[in-house]
Amino acid sequence: MTAYVLHLAILAGIYIILTVSINLIIGYAGQVSLGHAAFYGIGAYASALVSLHWHFPFPAAALTAMLVAGLCGLALGLPTLRLKEDYLAIVTLGFGVIVDLVFLNLEFTGGPDGLPGIPPPSFWGIDFRPPWLYLILVVVTVILVLIFTYRLVDSYHGRALRAIRDHEITAQVMGINTPAYKVVVFTLAAALAGLAGSLYAHYITFINPETFGLHTSILILAMVVLGGMGSIAGSVLGAVILTILPEMLRQAHAYQELIYGGLLMLLLIWRPEGLLGRGKLSLKFLKRES
Amino acid sequence: MLEVNGLSKSFGGVQALTDVSFAVAAGEIVGLIGPNGAGKTTCFNLINGLLPPSAGEIRLGSTEMVGLPPYRRARLGLARTFQNIQLFGGMTVLENVLTGYHLHQQVGVFAALLPLPMVSRARAENRRLALEFLELVGLGGKEDEPAEALAYGDQRRLEIARALAQQPQFLLMDEPAAGLNPRETEDLMALMEKLLPLGITLLVIEHDMTLVMGLCHRIVVLDHGEVIAAGAPRDIRRDPRVIEAYLGREEDEP
Ligand SMILES: Nc1ncnc2c1ncn2[C@@H]1O[C@H](COP(=O)(O)OP(=O)(O)OP(=O)(O)O)[C@@H](O)[C@H]1O
Ligand SMILES: [Mg+2]
Repeated sequence: MTAYVLHLAILAGIYIILTVSINLIIGYAGQVSLGHAAFYGIGAYASALVSLHWHFPFPAAALTAMLVAGLCGLALGLPTLRLKEDYLAIVTLGFGVIVDLVFLNLEFTGGPDGLPGIPPPSFWGIDFRPPWLYLILVVVTVILVLIFTYRLVDSYHGRALRAIRDHEITAQVMGINTPAYKVVVFTLAAALAGLAGSLYAHYITFINPETFGLHTSILILAMVVLGGMGSIAGSVLGAVILTILPEMLRQAHAYQELIYGGLLMLLLIWRPEGLLGRGKLSLKFLKRES
Repeated sequence: MLEVNGLSKSFGGVQALTDVSFAVAAGEIVGLIGPNGAGKTTCFNLINGLLPPSAGEIRLGSTEMVGLPPYRRARLGLARTFQNIQLFGGMTVLENVLTGYHLHQQVGVFAALLPLPMVSRARAENRRLALEFLELVGLGGKEDEPAEALAYGDQRRLEIARALAQQPQFLLMDEPAAGLNPRETEDLMALMEKLLPLGITLLVIEHDMTLVMGLCHRIVVLDHGEVIAAGAPRDIRRDPRVIEAYLGREEDEP
């Protein structure tokens, strides 16, 4: 039982990093991303590969994961963040699908079988194999990520991001370099998702493409929306609830998905801004401006 | 000196501006007037960089601004308020004004993320300055209210405070008196007069003739996208082409 609780706590921690990072994009900068799990996957694979082939120690592997995922975020963000929201939605969605296909078809990512035998972290003389030690590693990482994002959104950069969300053109007129802010925040969020991927890969020690598909992108999105856009505490809450809730509904077997979906819908009807959020999910991109 | 030269803009088939030229010297209040659809807002959008001109030059001092994105023009000392108010709705009144300070952050890009004493000092200083501007426009005491909750007239004031926080050399105001009652318009005129001594030059679009005639040193009149007159208020008032443009031309009617 405790092993199971530890397992859920570790997963919740990983999801907190994913949710907080995508919140920077959609909750603060007001952009859309429907392919966040791709960066999670890129981080997981990058971290696993450098550990397996080049025996990188965990901290170096995690940094590599952030770097590679961040560079992919930069490469995607540079040409696309000038696009209107509706195109951005399609591009990020497509990116998620393509990355998933790449994992599935490349030889060095192990194809559909994925990569087994990823070494658990062991550094500074500590072997992090016992789940409670791994949990400590995750908690410390989550705290660092939370401190960083909190300081970011609380700084004048955070205000610039919210200005872009509220009124991009006016933000430009105020002297905010909106293209640069959007690209940087997209890159940062991708790097953080890569970090989450690294934590996942070295915990489960086996990864395959299934984990990083569209359904995971949607789950992360649901966590942000449930917890509340533009609220870091909300992201934490959303991630924890949606990690635990499906497990609690497991006894209901066949009705699990039904109850899960129904609860989410009820909650968002009752509180469209999410539990702790300040703004609603932007569906601007569904409306065509003339 | 803000100078536009031979400015033209067409939207598909609509010729919104044709060969518009005028200049605004530092320390002036210049009015840009004209009937509805004359192209006034379009002219601001071109000066601001929200739209590219079809032809022409826009110079601020010695810098050619055509081709620069709006945020670069803001750094050159250009600020703006909008005909249809455009506040940051998800922020408080104070935060809206602080956004105007984005250009003048004394703290570096990375230093801003660190818990340094200089960061909290800069923060306190910015807050103090922002509160001063709120006081100046008559919004003292409302700093913590959500911007969206303000009354219409107060939203106009807030937009001005936010633009002032940019500490601009040139402020473009698009119909600042629109929707204000006579009392509020008087307050606005008093406020605009206070801006000149702060070193801010004003280019104002306005339909309210009391304000235009009472405040502006010079007036530029647009009609159908062309400058039809420019000069001192008392000359503009008597100009037959201006009177015709405002009262309508019989030969225009079908
Ligand atoms: N983005 C745009 N696309 C197409 N046409 C436009 C656009 N902006 C303005 N126009 C057209 O250009 C002309 C001038 O419009 P503009 O808004 O500049 O007028 P204005 O002088 O500000 O009028 P008002 O006093 O009503 O604000 C109008 O015919 C308008 O329909
Ligand atoms: Mg107009």
